Amino acid sequence: MPQLIEIRDLSKVYERGRQKVEVLHHIDLDVAQGDFVALMGPSGSGKTTLLNLIGGLDVPTGGSISVGGQRIDQLKSAALAKWRASRVGFVFQFYNLMPMLSAQRNVELPLLLTKLSAAERKKRAAIALQLVGLADRASHKPTELSGGQQQRVSIARAIVSDPMLLVCDEPTGDLDRQSAEDVLALLRVLNRDHGKTIVMVTHDPKAAEYAHRTHHLDKGSLVGQAETLAVEA
Amino acid sequence: MKYLHLVWASLFRRKTRTVLTLVSIIAAFLLFGLLDAVRTSFSQAGQSANGAARLQTGSKLSFIQTLPLSLTQQIERVDGVKAVAYANWFGGAYQDPHNQVFSFAVAPNYLDLFPEVAVSDAERKAFIGTRTGALVGEKLAQRFGWKVGDRVPLQSNIFPDRSGSKNWQFDIVGILHATDKKTGGFFDQMFLLNWKYFDETTPYNQGAAGWYVTRVTDVNQADRVAKAIDALSANSDHETRTQTEQAATASWMKQLADIGLIVGSIMGAVFFTLLLLSGNTMMQAVRERTSEIAVLKTIGFSGRSVLAMVLAESVLLLMLGGLIGLGLATLIIPAVSAGSGGMLNLPSVGSGSWMLGVALMAGIGIVVGALPAWNAMRLNIVDALAGR
Repeated sequence: MPQLIEIRDLSKVYERGRQKVEVLHHIDLDVAQGDFVALMGPSGSGKTTLLNLIGGLDVPTGGSISVGGQRIDQLKSAALAKWRASRVGFVFQFYNLMPMLSAQRNVELPLLLTKLSAAERKKRAAIALQLVGLADRASHKPTELSGGQQQRVSIARAIVSDPMLLVCDEPTGDLDRQSAEDVLALLRVLNRDHGKTIVMVTHDPKAAEYAHRTHHLDKGSLVGQAETLAVEA
Repeated sequence: MKYLHLVWASLFRRKTRTVLTLVSIIAAFLLFGLLDAVRTSFSQAGQSANGAARLQTGSKLSFIQTLPLSLTQQIERVDGVKAVAYANWFGGAYQDPHNQVFSFAVAPNYLDLFPEVAVSDAERKAFIGTRTGALVGEKLAQRFGWKVGDRVPLQSNIFPDRSGSKNWQFDIVGILHATDKKTGGFFDQMFLLNWKYFDETTPYNQGAAGWYVTRVTDVNQADRVAKAIDALSANSDHETRTQTEQAATASWMKQLADIGLIVGSIMGAVFFTLLLLSGNTMMQAVRERTSEIAVLKTIGFSGRSVLAMVLAESVLLLMLGGLIGLGLATLIIPAVSAGSGGMLNLPSVGSGSWMLGVALMAGIGIVVGALPAWNAMRLNIVDALAGR
């Protein structure tokens, strides 16, 4: 499998007032296309920072990140936004849906950045909702959905523009066990059947079992990698 | 346009707050429409074709200073003068001091100078021939239920008779009709009384006029005639100022109150308050949506798109409230004019006022949206998602 993500000598330093905090130290990491990778580690180990850098939400202090052959660490803010719109889907722990929009409208959001017609946007959003099993909840507002359903809407939003990469930050962190398993099963389907490359941050070893491999971070460094025997449906 | 539903949904995310802010904006622009109509009405006072051919001569010192009646013959002799009449303010009230009546004591030929006021020859004759006769405007007559032949008492708030009583009796001998209801509504409210009755009854006015009205033979010569009239009293104890009817009306109103300044000051205060109020609403609205804006930026909305959406939201808020407010003013003004029985003749909200209003809506919208939009554009995604 060709590498989708190539990270070399990656460092990230945050400045908090006069203090400089080095969050990531000289990380080297490759993620193959179609891979499902979990990032684990204690709080403050730098896993979310690494995920943000991979997703193009932040820029590194040193080193390089290539995603799909594109050096995203060299992109300016506007170009990076454009790149995210077409290449990456994001899933957050707290779903981060727009509370005033219906599920359908939430899923359509990334498509507003395309030249698709309103009818086409609606059609694609409907397909994405169908894929996550929520076609019958299209007109519901987030407050009318359970946590698991909201997370599935956020996954539909992440995949509606057909990105090559999904970055998921604790996608099951706010869910009960059953809902968490439903969401993880859905991610596995997206990875296995639709070829999406997934990088997921999690604290939950059970969630990590759904990934092909797990990378452990501690104090800003990769300290180990383990292949997982992925849970089968 | 494809972002409109998103902007609209964001605007009404907190319905109660947005509706309350909208009500304030509606009230502000309703007030703007009404006050602008008042200002326009005052600035248009005295503007008519007949008014252009008339000059008003009053004391240079103040409109309450009187002028000697002997000026009449001198003004008549000025080259370019067709006719001269004089008048004085009577200041009458009917039954209750709040029922003020636009009442003037006028020379017998006064109405000759006002062809836009229709009155029958028989009524004119009766007015001249009846010492206590009065001609009243049709709206005024309707207001108090007067008709020809009625004897009505008026209480002057200025002039007593020789016994010291301020109660005067008048016999209504005719009804005045403004031929142009749009510009001449004032005439329908007038109460004209005989100069002779007035001058002989009160000990306070003998031989003095409040102002002169002069009709010129050529409108283009009005300026020269005005200067010639003022030259008659130069360096005397009763120096005059002669102006066109429009300028005199404006000057008279300015001595009462500078309507433009008052309206401008009120609207300045209203819009400044509106600026703070809607600015606060927008700041709160954007602050509580920090994580949502971060999500928009995460999924690929550029900083400029976010800036434009917040500005659009702010302008939409102002436009929505402003258009409703100005629309209400447009509907209310004719009702106010009709309800005043001709006392107020407010013009409808004109295209100029609409354009100024829309410019104010857009301007205030941009100003109040600028800071939250700037903050939204510069929002750091990682910090915002982490709740920092």
